[in-house]
This record gives sequence, structure tokens and C-alpha cells, in this order.
Amino acid sequence: MAKLRIEDLKKIKESMAGTVNLRAGDQRVKITVHMGTCGIAAGARKIMNALLQKLEKSGASDIILTSSGCAGLCNHEPMITVEVRESAPVKYVKLDPEKTEKIFDEHIMKGNPVSEYALSMGSETTY
Amino acid sequence: MEDLSLHILDVVENSTKAGANLVEINIKEDTDKDLLQIIIQDNGRGMDPKMVKRVTDPFTTTRTTRRVGLGLSMLEQAAQETGGDLTVTSEKGIGTEIRATFQASHIDRKPFGDMGSSMISLILGNPGVDFIYKSDFDGEKTTIDTRAIKAELDGTTTISDPAVLKLLRGVFEESLRN
Repeated sequence: MAKLRIEDLKKIKESMAGTVNLRAGDQRVKITVHMGTCGIAAGARKIMNALLQKLEKSGASDIILTSSGCAGLCNHEPMITVEVRESAPVKYVKLDPEKTEKIFDEHIMKGNPVSEYALSMGSETTY
Repeated sequence: MEDLSLHILDVVENSTKAGANLVEINIKEDTDKDLLQIIIQDNGRGMDPKMVKRVTDPFTTTRTTRRVGLGLSMLEQAAQETGGDLTVTSEKGIGTEIRATFQASHIDRKPFGDMGSSMISLILGNPGVDFIYKSDFDGEKTTIDTRAIKAELDGTTTISDPAVLKLLRGVFEESLRN
């Protein structure tokens, strides 16, 4: 029977003891994975996994990873929206885990949006 | 949808969009009866009987009614392909229950796939929602309640901490007999 090992949970708790809970504090970046039916069918869960792995490796505590529903651009899925504080949000479209990792390294960690994968920079686009 | 865990991820997103703050996911397999059941209960805003009737019909959906769409009709199809079915019961202001039944050994029954990733995506994506996950494979039971986990962490870190999620992923994966 699979059981949640309370001891493991305690270990995590102990390792956090004495440190300030940064995750609840100021967020620098918010990453939203679009997870409507369209996004899920197109592979959004793989994108979520790739981001979570990157987040874990980076050890960053000022990045929030979350999901939202269909953004109405189903043919562009899988999509994520990256919001860096005090910058315009960027929607990335037709992603795969490799593209997502590049976005994490370049945009989220270094602050350079990856325009080749972006739908638009800012809020309006003509193309 | 390639596997059942993607269907679950999709349908539970409906619950959270319906304003639920508690969703129970129940997976039961009984080999003797060759029966697999997936039951999802939420305390969201619920639907009136008229909407319940239309909810699995992909062609009567509208974009403004977020409780409907392709998600449920695809789960219904996945169940019916194995000789099973999908039932929806709902009461306005109380919540909704989705019950999908499958012939467990049917050749068209989709595999569970990556349940750990689905549950973690749900937990990450819906910080205001608690989840109760129960699985029962011929009496081999697992229960995970995010309220209990949050209480155990006691504010030292959050459930969205990658270390906590990694631990949870392992428990969800172990709970399935794939």
C-alpha cells in the first residue's frame, strides 16, 4: 500500500526550519500554463513538468508556477504566459519541453524574452 | 486525450472553474467484477437539471458557459468505448458528481498514464482548492488529503514547494497499478 511518509514530510519541514518562507513572499515571476481541454490535449502537462523540473533545479523561490484555463487560442496550444514584474507579459505558443526550457533559462532566469516562440510581446499584435 | 489521468486533469479543472474549494477524486478497480470507476465530486456551484442533460453534448456548448465543453464528452466517449458510461449528477449550490465506469480489462480502456503529474498540475494550478485523492485497487487503498499535508507542513513551507511536490508525485504514482 502506498502511504504518504509523514517522516519525509517532517524532513522537509525541518530543512525549512529557521529559513524565511520566501515562497510566500515577493514574487518576481509568474508562469501560467494554459490548461484548458485544448491545452491538456496538446501536451500542457509535459510543459508543466518541464517547468517544475527547471524550477526545482534553479532553487529559485521568487517564481510562481500556476495554471489557467483556455485562453481562446486553442490552435496555438500548448501555451504559457510569463509575467516578469514590471515588464509586459509574454505569451509563448506551440511549445514543447525543449522550447520551454530555453524560455526558462533565457527569459525567466536572465530576463531576455525569447521572441521566436512568443505570440506577442505586450498586449496587441497585428500578425 | 491519451490516458485517463489527462481526462481527470481536464474534468477536475471544470470543478475548480465552478468555484469548488474541495474536490474528491476516487479511483476504484475491482478485478472480480472487471470494473473500473472514476468518481469526481466537487462542492462547486453545481448545475440545474437542464444543464446536466446537455453537459456531455459537445454541440450545445457555449464559450460563456464554462461548465461545458469537450472535456466531459471526451471522457464519456472513453468510458463508452469500453462498454461503460458516464453519469453526471448535480445540484445547484451543492456541487457536482461525475461518475465514469469502464470495463477494466477492455482492450480500448485507456491506461492511467501519469497520475502524479496530473495531481501536481492540479495542486499547483489551484492554490485555493483542496484535493482528496482516494484509490482502491482490489482493496489496496491510498488516501491523500491536501488539507492534512498543509496542516503537517504547518506554514514552514507551502504545498507548492518543489520538494513537497516531488514527494507527493511518488505517492500518487505508487498508488496506481499500471
